[in-house]
Amino acid sequence: MQLTLEFGGGLELLCDSVKIHNVNVSLKNEVDKLTMKDLLVWVRTNLIKERPEMFMKGDNVRPGVLVLVNDCDWELSGQLDTTLEDKDVVVFISTLHGG
Amino acid sequence: MEENHKKAGGRLCCLCNRRRAALKRPKTLEQICRECFYEVFEEEIHQVIVENQLFKPSERIGIGASGGKDSTVLAYVLSELNRRHNYGLDLFLLSVDEGITGYRDDSLETVKRNEIQYGLPLKIVSYKDLYGWTMDEIVKMIGLKNNCTFCGVFRRQALDRGAALLKVDKLVTGHNADDIAETVLLNILRGDIARLSRCTSITTGEDGPIPRCKPFKYTYEKEIVIYPYDMLTYAYFKKLDYFSTECIYSPNAYRGFAREFIKDLERMRPRAILDIIKSGEDFRISMSTKMPEQGTCERCGYISSQKWCKACILLEGLNKGLPKLGIGRSRGLDNNHKKDVKQSNGTKNIEGKQCGSLDF
Ligand SMILES: [Zn+2]
Ligand SMILES: [Zn+2]
Ligand SMILES: [Zn+2]
Repeated sequence: MQLTLEFGGGLELLCDSVKIHNVNVSLKNEVDKLTMKDLLVWVRTNLIKERPEMFMKGDNVRPGVLVLVNDCDWELSGQLDTTLEDKDVVVFISTLHGG
Repeated sequence: MEENHKKAGGRLCCLCNRRRAALKRPKTLEQICRECFYEVFEEEIHQVIVENQLFKPSERIGIGASGGKDSTVLAYVLSELNRRHNYGLDLFLLSVDEGITGYRDDSLETVKRNEIQYGLPLKIVSYKDLYGWTMDEIVKMIGLKNNCTFCGVFRRQALDRGAALLKVDKLVTGHNADDIAETVLLNILRGDIARLSRCTSITTGEDGPIPRCKPFKYTYEKEIVIYPYDMLTYAYFKKLDYFSTECIYSPNAYRGFAREFIKDLERMRPRAILDIIKSGEDFRISMSTKMPEQGTCERCGYISSQKWCKACILLEGLNKGLPKLGIGRSRGLDNNHKKDVKQSNGTKNIEGKQCGSLDF
């Protein structure tokens, strides 16, 4: 599944200072749907190079990290339960850095 | 855009009932569209400005600009509102150059772009010019342990001096609701009642040289972060670019914990942030709490409750090679004060965020 992931507000520093990542996330089982919960684990394993605690807390994003899925606040789409489809765009922005 | 919003279940904006909702407001839990968000975000700030009579026509206003998200959005919104509602204000950007290589110089580039983008004159005051020391040199001398004391004291005074040079009537800073809630908690944790009662005031320092106010007092950080983000083009909207690298000099861990606690509370109940501010406001100083008397520093003339202001005490230490001088609570050169007399000026208003974040 092709996804575009964008990191902002300082989170890009955790992944080699690259803001936009075009990635291919494979599903374990073709029947399964990819959820945001799965994607977070994938991102932590495959993209985050340092200080993963700045990105995640438990199995969720760290409080203070905003998530947008296709232009839309993930709080409207079910947060961790949001299901993803091919070509979706997911944006993570940290609110914790900078004044 | 139909397709883009399918995951939100196609819910309509609860304000206009026409467009798809794109965001959930933490303050009200309303689900609103992008267009309505811009409108309520800006108009709420206008309401705060009007209700609290933050400005008078023809005032000169300095915007404490760090290049970070809060002050960048503040500069943009304030210049918009000034035009739209005819405030009649002369706006200026005021930045402090602490002299932090690879950090401050980069964020100042952001402010210089803002100067051009918004057409607001910019004044930069530097630690080097004011004090003879850059933060890099101070850290080289004292190490990383206490550098936030220097940052905080010097920055506050530098802003006041810059404001005097610009001849502004007031300074505005980008402190948002999350910042203020965090500061309320910190002041409770430190037992600092004097600051607790001050830190929620929307305007402070009216008795001092330059009053300061916080138009974002009721504005959630989430909305400030989302405001410049154009969800349609995945680019920063309205050329609001800001700088978001953490200060390389050790951030304050205690403050960091308070921040995280606030964010945890917000996730469970977003109202918590406004409620903490309300609690802070409702604590009133008892008359028995001793407040320091204001005078002026014998050396530099800055407001001070002691013989020398905090910056001068710190500088004396640096220049004599005794950098520990003046660090810690109420240990001035002429320190024969009682325990509950807090550090002199430099502590007048809300304390900055963790030093690393470089918001004033
Ligand atoms: Zn709407
Ligand atoms: Zn510092
Ligand atoms: Zn002085």
